Amino acid sequence: MKKSKFGTIYLIVIFIVLYLPIFYLLTFSFNAGATMNHFTGFSLVHFQELFSDTRLLIILLQTFLLAFLSALIATAVGVCGTLWISYSKKKLTKNALLAANNVLLVSPDVIIGASFLILFTVAGNLLQGFGLGFVTVLLSHVAFSVPIVVLMVLPQLKKMNESLVFAAQDLGANNWQALTHVILPYLTPGIIAGYFMAFTYSLDDFAVTFFVTGGGFTTLSVEIYSRARQGVSLEVNALSTLVFIFALILVAGYYLISKDDASAKSVRKKRGVSR
Amino acid sequence: MHKMRSLFAVPYALWLLLFVFAPVVLILGYSFMDINGHFTLANYQAFFSSSNYLLLTLNSFWYALLITASTLLLGYPAAYFLTRLKHRDFWLLLVILPTWISLLLKAYAFIGIFGIHGGVNQFLNLFGIPAKQILFTNFSFVFVSAYIELPFMIMPIYNSLVEIDQSLVFASYDLGANKRQTFTKVIWPLSLSGVNSGIQAIFIPSLSLFMLTRLIGGNRVITLGTAIEEHFLITQNWGMGATIGVVLIIVMLLVMSLTRERKGDGSR
Amino acid sequence: MKKLRALLLGIVLIIAVLGAGIWQLQRKSGMSGAKTVNIYNWGDYLDPALIKKFEKETGYKVNYDTFDSNEAMYTKIKQGGTAYDIAVPSDYMTQKMIKDHLVKKISHAKLKGLDNIGSAYLNLPFDPHNRYSVPYFWGTLGIIYNDKYYQESDVDHWAKLWDPKFAHQIMFIDGAREYLGVGLSTFGYSLNTTEHAKLLQATAKLKQLGPNIKAIAADEIKMYMADEEGRVAVEYSGEASEMMAENSHLHYVIPNEGTNVWFDNIVIPKSVQNKKGAYAFINFMLRPDNAAQNTRYIGYSTPNKRALKMLPSSVRNDRAFYPSKAQLRKMEVYEDLGAQKLQEYNDLYLELKMKR
Repeated sequence: MKKSKFGTIYLIVIFIVLYLPIFYLLTFSFNAGATMNHFTGFSLVHFQELFSDTRLLIILLQTFLLAFLSALIATAVGVCGTLWISYSKKKLTKNALLAANNVLLVSPDVIIGASFLILFTVAGNLLQGFGLGFVTVLLSHVAFSVPIVVLMVLPQLKKMNESLVFAAQDLGANNWQALTHVILPYLTPGIIAGYFMAFTYSLDDFAVTFFVTGGGFTTLSVEIYSRARQGVSLEVNALSTLVFIFALILVAGYYLISKDDASAKSVRKKRGVSR
Repeated sequence: MHKMRSLFAVPYALWLLLFVFAPVVLILGYSFMDINGHFTLANYQAFFSSSNYLLLTLNSFWYALLITASTLLLGYPAAYFLTRLKHRDFWLLLVILPTWISLLLKAYAFIGIFGIHGGVNQFLNLFGIPAKQILFTNFSFVFVSAYIELPFMIMPIYNSLVEIDQSLVFASYDLGANKRQTFTKVIWPLSLSGVNSGIQAIFIPSLSLFMLTRLIGGNRVITLGTAIEEHFLITQNWGMGATIGVVLIIVMLLVMSLTRERKGDGSR
Repeated sequence: MKKLRALLLGIVLIIAVLGAGIWQLQRKSGMSGAKTVNIYNWGDYLDPALIKKFEKETGYKVNYDTFDSNEAMYTKIKQGGTAYDIAVPSDYMTQKMIKDHLVKKISHAKLKGLDNIGSAYLNLPFDPHNRYSVPYFWGTLGIIYNDKYYQESDVDHWAKLWDPKFAHQIMFIDGAREYLGVGLSTFGYSLNTTEHAKLLQATAKLKQLGPNIKAIAADEIKMYMADEEGRVAVEYSGEASEMMAENSHLHYVIPNEGTNVWFDNIVIPKSVQNKKGAYAFINFMLRPDNAAQNTRYIGYSTPNKRALKMLPSSVRNDRAFYPSKAQLRKMEVYEDLGAQKLQEYNDLYLELKMKR
């Protein structure tokens, strides 16, 4: 593949811009001073603070657990939805479904949060022992992540040739096999994209989580926003540094997995085996 | 395939029912209610007769357009060049990574960077350029918003570009098309679905931005999101807030039908 | 499919590890079996060391949930769904919650140390005789200036903000009551004015303030002022103390016309489940040593006169944060004006914000 010089430079600039604020934040987590205004010297004091702050650490883990899990469920629901939408033959149904899908994307978080809160309190009145907490937050995060998954997977599905599925069925594949061997592999890039978007949405969200949480369950965003009145301490920067490093490790891990996959594929190809 | 289809439908339909239709019905209901909970059309009347709200709508539209256009302009080439890299999946993930850091913290970082004594101005000072007011300008608002949204544009475009069968591109070259022709006739049309996803994922939420308008824009830019937030929380006038929400949903439908039409033209 | 399966496996693994981590940490922080006290408060608005101390002394486990605005907190408590034993609303919100029957009466017989609170901070209009609330912190609305650019005499009156030398310099706290309140103050009107004509008069006056406003923001004003992005700000004393700790060029002035005085109060929401724990917490916070420790941590003004005595004289005698009785007499607490009036304030404010 040809590499253009311009392309490389362009990407370097984009990456610099993308990471400038991040590194700004990370740098200040090593600040000896207490604020983001002046860098007074190198120190790990904010990391020490962080590690003795069990509350914040629990919140951090909860936030990521929530993000991983809600994105997983949202992706599953979203992929189902995408298949359903694409199978509907009537154009009107299709458009209506798509429109309904996007409602949560356009609604401001405050509205979503408030209406989910009402929904859950109604449910709480009907069901004994159903209170606000982890489950309601999880449900909400799944709920507002589903549309973005559909949005990411649908274009992929549209491009897929339906004859592929028919061919598989002709070859004796049952529905499940057609799904797992033909459709899902084809959708993989979209599914991964959807998962990451859902994950990101979950990490980012403040307003919806705020409304539907309770019983001691909190996420990082809620904690950070509610600290704003007192001023967000550099402890939170230190936390971000850790998150960032953790994310880098994840990305590297994912990359190694996918590289293995790719090299395995190429080996298969070389041997002339195709499955 | 029939049975399968209904099987797929179950979780998604459940989601639609509980988390889309129920809230929409709720919002619609509230939009016809006054502060005391009685039926009224006054909210809609207030919205459409108030120059403030119409200006807000226009404002929101304009800035959402600016933000979407700039992310597309910046994001498309980035996605395109990314696909040419050796470890492209890895680099794409690096594009997404910054979105995992809290929005509030990133905004704070921009306050530090764009400030009158901040990094950008200090850098300009090196060349003898006097410090400029960057924060609280339309530029900084659009820039930071575009910054936040950029990964959400690159991702879908990248995906649609990756999917393009390279043999099509080679065929185009073989048939004598130059780089530009290959791009406009082959690559761009084939990546349109990704572009549409990106536009939908950015334009629609941009209509209701509210945090950044205050943090970076200093409330110089006010969007519908700000107004809704105010009605739901501060004045507790959920009726009016819901009305603006309904307007937003209608706008969303319009945007969707617009992007769809364009797609139709492309394939014809 | 192989790729998807590997990913799925990885994600499930990570979730399991995270779950185990949370379990481990929660066990380490201990007392998961004990009865809990659910506190609903602003983020980082209570010294964590005091929470630990309270847990140790009483054996209760504290759940500290946070909110970022009075209004958001109100919406959640009104809607129900969670049982909070303690909440910390500001004055006007306390009044609104009393009016809407969202808080429980506090039995003074069960309180220990209410007499530690200075008499000036008790029996206030938002809650006569403190039937429902106990003051937590208090402060004022005032002007912060940077002495590199201005001096105190430039900002000792609200009316001086209109001076052209402040062109595009003032940072203003984002709030309808605050913004219109400044306009009302210059005419000598009450901050709780409801007459339409007076509000219009204030609005007309404030329209001319527009060119002097650099930005209308909220918590982030702290950063802007400390960074010297802004030179003057209209802000709450609590936030001011945070800025001044970061930048020694900043000073806080209470304008002569008088201003708003605010109180954050401890209340017991209607949804209370652990009443005993709630009272234990209130009494714990009323104790002078605890109140003093909390004041040192937060940096706001304490209403606890015995706690104040334990603080250094530089704090006690700071007129900006502990104004004299004469100054206090000129100050007003925001009252809940009702939905209709609040809407009117906000409509006027929106107009002012948009046509600057």
